[in-house]
Amino acid sequence: MLASQIGYFSLILGLIFSFLLVASSIKNFNDSNKNINQKILTLSFLQLFFVITSFIGLIFSFISSDFSNETVFNNSHTTKPLFYKISGTWGNHEGSLLLWLLILTLFIFLFLVKSNEQPKKYRLLTLLFQQVIIIGFFLFLLKTSNPFNQLFPVPKEGLGLNPILQDPALAIHPPILYLGYVGSSIVFSASLSAVTQNYISKEWALHIKKWILISWFFLSIGIMLGSIWAYYELGWGGFWFWDPVENVSLMPWLTLTALLHCVLVLEKRITLTSWIVVLSIATFILSMCGTFLVRSGILNSVHTFANDPERGIFILIFLFILILLSLLIFFIFHKEKSENIKKIFWLSKETSILINNWFMMYFLSVVLIGTTYPIFLDVISGLKISVGPPFYQKLIVPFLIPFLLFMAIGPRLNWIKSKLENKLSLIIFFILSIFLAFFILKKLNLDLLINTVLISSAFYLFFITLRDFFIKKFNNFSQTTAHFSFSILILSILFNSILSSEIIANIKVGEKFQFNKGNILFEKIVKNESSNYQSVIGHFKIKNDDGKIIYLKPELRIYNQPITITSEADIKTTFLSDTFLVMNLVKGQEYFNIRYQVKPFMIWIWISVSLMSLGGLISVFKKKHEK
Amino acid sequence: MKNKILLTTIISFFAFCFIIFYKGLNNSNIYSPEKNIKKNIPIFITKDFFSENEVSSKEIFTGNNFYILNIWSSWCVPCKKEHPILMELSKNKSIKLIGLNYRDNLNNAQKFINELGNPYSQILIDEDGTLAVEFGAYGVPETFIIDKNKKIIKKFIGPLTLDLSKKIKSLIK
Repeated sequence: MLASQIGYFSLILGLIFSFLLVASSIKNFNDSNKNINQKILTLSFLQLFFVITSFIGLIFSFISSDFSNETVFNNSHTTKPLFYKISGTWGNHEGSLLLWLLILTLFIFLFLVKSNEQPKKYRLLTLLFQQVIIIGFFLFLLKTSNPFNQLFPVPKEGLGLNPILQDPALAIHPPILYLGYVGSSIVFSASLSAVTQNYISKEWALHIKKWILISWFFLSIGIMLGSIWAYYELGWGGFWFWDPVENVSLMPWLTLTALLHCVLVLEKRITLTSWIVVLSIATFILSMCGTFLVRSGILNSVHTFANDPERGIFILIFLFILILLSLLIFFIFHKEKSENIKKIFWLSKETSILINNWFMMYFLSVVLIGTTYPIFLDVISGLKISVGPPFYQKLIVPFLIPFLLFMAIGPRLNWIKSKLENKLSLIIFFILSIFLAFFILKKLNLDLLINTVLISSAFYLFFITLRDFFIKKFNNFSQTTAHFSFSILILSILFNSILSSEIIANIKVGEKFQFNKGNILFEKIVKNESSNYQSVIGHFKIKNDDGKIIYLKPELRIYNQPITITSEADIKTTFLSDTFLVMNLVKGQEYFNIRYQVKPFMIWIWISVSLMSLGGLISVFKKKHEK
Repeated sequence: MKNKILLTTIISFFAFCFIIFYKGLNNSNIYSPEKNIKKNIPIFITKDFFSENEVSSKEIFTGNNFYILNIWSSWCVPCKKEHPILMELSKNKSIKLIGLNYRDNLNNAQKFINELGNPYSQILIDEDGTLAVEFGAYGVPETFIIDKNKKIIKKFIGPLTLDLSKKIKSLIK
């Protein structure tokens, strides 16, 4: 009771501080002082403090199962384990928005603290733009999705948390992803303010690069955690389904990756300025667009928990106000700088980065069209379609080949103008990769041309970057790490998709199912009681084609609040492959439907994404930038 | 000048997106999955509900008209809810309503029909539920629209509503 009261009033105080911040930064903007007023820092800190208080208030309400709070009532239950009570705080619409707000205020405070060397007006304007976003979120929260709504009479028991959300990966997935999304809001505000101040320069690039890298790091990790959750919890036996919500998190990642590379160019020479501003705006707008698509229920997806058109309309209007605002600022203030006119030499790092950008934009447009086209079609013609994985695969996969090749060669070029050095080794490695890919695929009897070319280009990137580790030593270590991990990622995805095998069968207890040279034996079922669910555990003994025997125990869970049946896959992970077994109840039958999959190199997908993100993170802490 | 044109174009593009999204928000996004469309009905032999004689699918789907196959059960609460709509549909002469009694106790099912009326021109028994699975059903109630060529053209999961019954009528026209 008390905790949610405190939370609610802190939220209102936080909003008041937003207005105070706006007023004092406008006042501070034109005075003669060279530095920004210390008062602004204090105000920003207080705002952060109140939002944190509010968030802690909500966490307390969840821990103490205070069902007078509507959010707690809807999303919690007394029998739920403590860990999930806490993670339930941001596992729902209201709480997750409060978390957004928390991260927004945290980042702007950190920005103010960390940007001392930057011009005063630039910092103040960034603060102003950021406050516009913050105020928007405060109003959204208070008006349409207040996390502290009171219920009277107080219910005795809550309605429980969606059981598919009771998973450790998912408990940390939203906060991390939000750090990425919100990090891009700083990039957005900062680039708008740099445009108005005509401050897009090498110094600015150096300073904003850190923020881009930080949000890129969190976004990558956040997407990966979501994918891990989908793999382990949803039990669909894959890691990426081109689900609209997954796409929506991928889109800002693509623009952010493009931006990251462009800023490297800007560090060297003043060029591509308009493009950089457009990318900064696009990244944040796409993140917001993601929030809109997920939270409004306009899309059908595993993530659409809330289905409230009023909220949707609010975010939609807010989103378009931000788009309009940024467009106007861009068109009114932005002036191309004269140095721009200098041409970019065709064989240079700039060119390869531009090529990288074209590819990113191509991938982005494929994903964007695939995700939003059904909405447009539905509104215009009333047709309902859903765009599935084949669309994305057909359009994206072939273009990975040149993308990977450029990724291998690009970093070897010099800035401005260069000659391709070590041509011989580049060619040798290329031939080596083709042979390697060819022989591997020949051995597996899968030597389709597209496979061979794809895998050889991935191998090519792999070898070239591997060689860079030895030749370049620690010069540009982060970039090499990131590119190297990307080649592992692509290789593991490719091998995973070609080598995966799947067996689907209906099987009774005690039965044996034969396949090729192996078999699956359904030994028995064991029933189990846990605090908030009952489970039926199937014991399976599987003999693989190679004669190896493994035991797998997939589970069916029946959660009591609300009554939901989920199936937990049992997954055995080794460095070489994952074995995956999931069982499902066939309504009213004695037999179970089982799906048994062998998925090679699964773990390498997670490892490589983590490594790649780490590469980005190293770059944040790197003092000296590359030559 | 050039900038102004560009700006206007971009803004009008976003305005267009806004309208689409705005309209999209008000659209309902609940719809039946388009599975099993244009799939042939399974060939089966089962018992008739009243006579308990064996009947085959060939004998049942003989006429040159539309069929509605409705999977129901006396223990299924939503089935009771959709029953009046089925009764109303059964007045339509161009449709033949066929009931599939899913995993039910025959006595209870008889009672259900006696109490609420019989909309079906024929009821089939699906004692172990396999027939429903062959049709591709997920549960009860479910309704399949079968056209003159014995193909399933539409499937509705869950109880029928007034809206859906209008849709069925328009489909059959």
